[in-house]
Amino acid sequence: MSSLTLADAQEQLRSGSLTPRALTESIIAAIEAGDGKIRGYNSFDAEAALAAADTADVSLPLGGLPIAIKDIINVKGEALTCSSKILEGTFTSPYDATVIAKLRAAGAIPLGRTNMDEFAMGSSTENSALGTTKNPWDTSRIPGGSSGGSAAVVSADLALAALGTDTGGSIRQPAALCGCVGLKPTYGRVSRYGAVAFASSLDQIGPMTKTVRDSAMLLNAISGHDAMDSTSLDEAVPDFTAALGKEIKGMKIGLPKEYFIDGIDPEVRAATEAAVKQLESLGAEPVEISLPHTEYATATYYVIATAEASSNLARFEGVRYGHRADAPKDLSDHYMRTRAEGFGAEVKRRILLGTYVLSSGYYDAYYIRAQKVRTLIRQDFSEAFQKVDAILSPTSPVPAFGIGERCDDPLQMYLADIFTIATNLAGICGISVPCGFTKEPKLPIGLQILAPSMQEERLISIADAYEQSTPWHKERPC
Amino acid sequence: MPASDYIVTIGLEVHAQLTTQSKMYCGCKVGYGAPPNSQTCPVCLGMPGAMPTLNEAAIEKTVLTGLMLGCENPEISKWDRKNYFYPDMPKNYQLTQFDLPLCEHGSVPLYDHCYPKDVQKDIPRPGYAVKLTRIHLEEDVGKSTHHEKNTTIDFNRAGTPLMEIVSDPDIRTGEEAFAYLNSLRQILIAGGVSDADMEKGQMRCDVNISLRKTEEEPLGAKIELKNLNSPAAVRRAIHYEIDRQSTELDAGTPQVQCTRRWDDDLGESTVMRSKEDAHDYRYFPEPDLLPIRTAPIVEAMKKLVPELPHEKSQRFVTDFGVTEYDASVLSSDKHLATYFEQAATGAKNTKLVANWVLNDLLSALKESFTEIQDSTQVPAENLRALVDLIESGKISGKQAKNDVFPAMLETGKTAGDIVKEKGLEQVSDTGALEAFCDQVIQENEAIAADVRSGNEKAANALVGRVMKLSKGQANPKVVIGILLEKLK
Repeated sequence: MSSLTLADAQEQLRSGSLTPRALTESIIAAIEAGDGKIRGYNSFDAEAALAAADTADVSLPLGGLPIAIKDIINVKGEALTCSSKILEGTFTSPYDATVIAKLRAAGAIPLGRTNMDEFAMGSSTENSALGTTKNPWDTSRIPGGSSGGSAAVVSADLALAALGTDTGGSIRQPAALCGCVGLKPTYGRVSRYGAVAFASSLDQIGPMTKTVRDSAMLLNAISGHDAMDSTSLDEAVPDFTAALGKEIKGMKIGLPKEYFIDGIDPEVRAATEAAVKQLESLGAEPVEISLPHTEYATATYYVIATAEASSNLARFEGVRYGHRADAPKDLSDHYMRTRAEGFGAEVKRRILLGTYVLSSGYYDAYYIRAQKVRTLIRQDFSEAFQKVDAILSPTSPVPAFGIGERCDDPLQMYLADIFTIATNLAGICGISVPCGFTKEPKLPIGLQILAPSMQEERLISIADAYEQSTPWHKERPC
Repeated sequence: MPASDYIVTIGLEVHAQLTTQSKMYCGCKVGYGAPPNSQTCPVCLGMPGAMPTLNEAAIEKTVLTGLMLGCENPEISKWDRKNYFYPDMPKNYQLTQFDLPLCEHGSVPLYDHCYPKDVQKDIPRPGYAVKLTRIHLEEDVGKSTHHEKNTTIDFNRAGTPLMEIVSDPDIRTGEEAFAYLNSLRQILIAGGVSDADMEKGQMRCDVNISLRKTEEEPLGAKIELKNLNSPAAVRRAIHYEIDRQSTELDAGTPQVQCTRRWDDDLGESTVMRSKEDAHDYRYFPEPDLLPIRTAPIVEAMKKLVPELPHEKSQRFVTDFGVTEYDASVLSSDKHLATYFEQAATGAKNTKLVANWVLNDLLSALKESFTEIQDSTQVPAENLRALVDLIESGKISGKQAKNDVFPAMLETGKTAGDIVKEKGLEQVSDTGALEAFCDQVIQENEAIAADVRSGNEKAANALVGRVMKLSKGQANPKVVIGILLEKLK
């Protein structure tokens, strides 16, 4: 039953052929049987989920449906680790994130905390301090990241659906590499309150699901203005499922020339080109466009994201919670050893980089300049969207790579997000849907569709039309 | 070269706690004396994932302060993170305002009566207003308590709104700094934005001070003074600092930028940290809060700007004819001013009302440790009635002071009731008084002759005797009239 889509599970719950308890039990059983191989979960609280299942109201929008939660989102009473030693074993969430409160209000059951790159910093989930998640299609390969756990458990049928977070591609890239759907909403569409901040001006929470319909259902539940998040947009939330099953005839689909570059894996390129043809056959019109500042996106991202991270992560110092060093000599020793012991190498690298770019004398050259380039990147997109309705590209230039393959080369690792990073800098929305497989070994390939701010409905219409006319989403890893 | 030969430049940074119900970036209650960490939430404890929201009341009070002090408002104001590690500060960054504060410029008028009493007669820059650099809004930190083996932290205070008022280096003496703090306090209280009591920590002050020999020289090394807990301590610390720096400069020891901690008991300061220890705060715009437009808030607050102490004082002089000094003291406290205005409005002698409020009433309140707004025994209209009785000659000033007012304080009754009860009404019935006067003239022939020969002052001695005969109830003004008539 854990292989059901959210929509199918809902139908069975509402028809009475399945009870919330039976559904929850089957997912727990699947996790117990299958997660040893995948290591997608950091923890799960079977008791709490079953108790919630017993009182579930299936008439609610997500009534009785268990959802896996990336281990960076606060779920009251449950351990929260961010896949970091600085929180592991010492921190229990004192409150529900707004998305969790909204899921509960919609009748959903938070079940299980999924693995991730430590504090969402990474593209392979190898930066988790708690263990490496494996790609269900080939367990010698990475699932992508940072929401690798969420992607892997959805793909491996160890969850119906999951929540992830996306700062530079952390929902879309692992969704592409694991063969599921991942949607990054417009910045401000979903409240960030309760999601541990990596880079506050870039982070968004979004759904990771088996189908586009499931993403629309989840997005319905988690969207909307939140008084606790000043950056959440005070805009009406449409019924995103109403955007399903729409014609896409006449829609202009932009193909940025800067995205179709050398270095894209040939099979990824072929799958993307085939997807363009497929959309053309559905009536869409491909148009070549330019996003001239694309080449600066990665550098810009790593200045802004690390600057914000260096400040956001300052609260982890063992004074109020989390790991603390044994017998410190003095306060300074306490800070230094606590953080040296608690944070992994990538987190330290980014804190150092962020501290450096904000330092007196370097601030203008790095941080201010990066903000200016960010404005140019945002303008690239708004100009492009004058000409086209959506933009299309591969989600990742390559399919899932081998575990350990890129660990020694952070720069090579940073390039895994080359097509997804600019989306976050511009604040627009994007989705990744399965668009084929490599031949040997068989690995999923993802298609990225981008739309202007607050146009998630358009994303959903295009992605759904594509998905419904192709077989890729029906394939499961064996 | 004596201290007086140096040009002293002083700037003050004042932190004032705002009188808001809730904290700056969360809904927790602001309050003191609650059990440790009982007034906290994920936001003010810096829990993972928690985000700040803006306290509109705090923004409004800061803008109102700016309007009272004649500030300008940048079109857009925003918040920034000031990054440094400090155990009392949960996020390890302080949410403050860096380059776009809510208010800029403006000034604080130095009121004469706000100078130390001993220099009020000799104010070098009378009527001067100290220019301000800016006013911004930030958050307070928690409070550490050090025990023998560990340290505990109470975060109840963490996130309390703090308004920082930064002056230009526009102050020259400890006395001006003293007057600045007292004047500022009166204005903040008048606007209802802060209780601003330094001794209660509601207002805190850091002093920056430097010395140089001539106006042409650049400013000398800036020395920051901390741990100043009253305007008097600020004055003392500045005196000490001017002496210390000038002595060292005279001896050829140049000053080096540093922060010094003032010990008011010892009357000296010691180096707390040198410039080398200064933090690089790595300010950057707070991504969790959106910038705000100030114009709508400024418009709304314009309606709430109160009459300021110096404006009130001027009005008291014009409307009630009181002296400038009395008017400035009466308007220095919002409650005192309200009381006086109620008592003086419609009174027969408003100057006399001012005297009674400033002398008898205030000393009585002082003796009973009561604040004027808490005292109920002598409402303003009762004081007015008492003064009217004196003015109309029904009772003498002496009777009012010795008999009526103490009884009013004690019983809360009106002056009229007490006069009746005690049978104190002055005798103005000329028939009865003439008899007394005749008797006194007979018994004091020598004095009477003196008056007859033109020495009218001598009649006062006779008045005293008539008063005695009447057991104090005679109206002395009427008595002197009768006596002078009889002794023409």
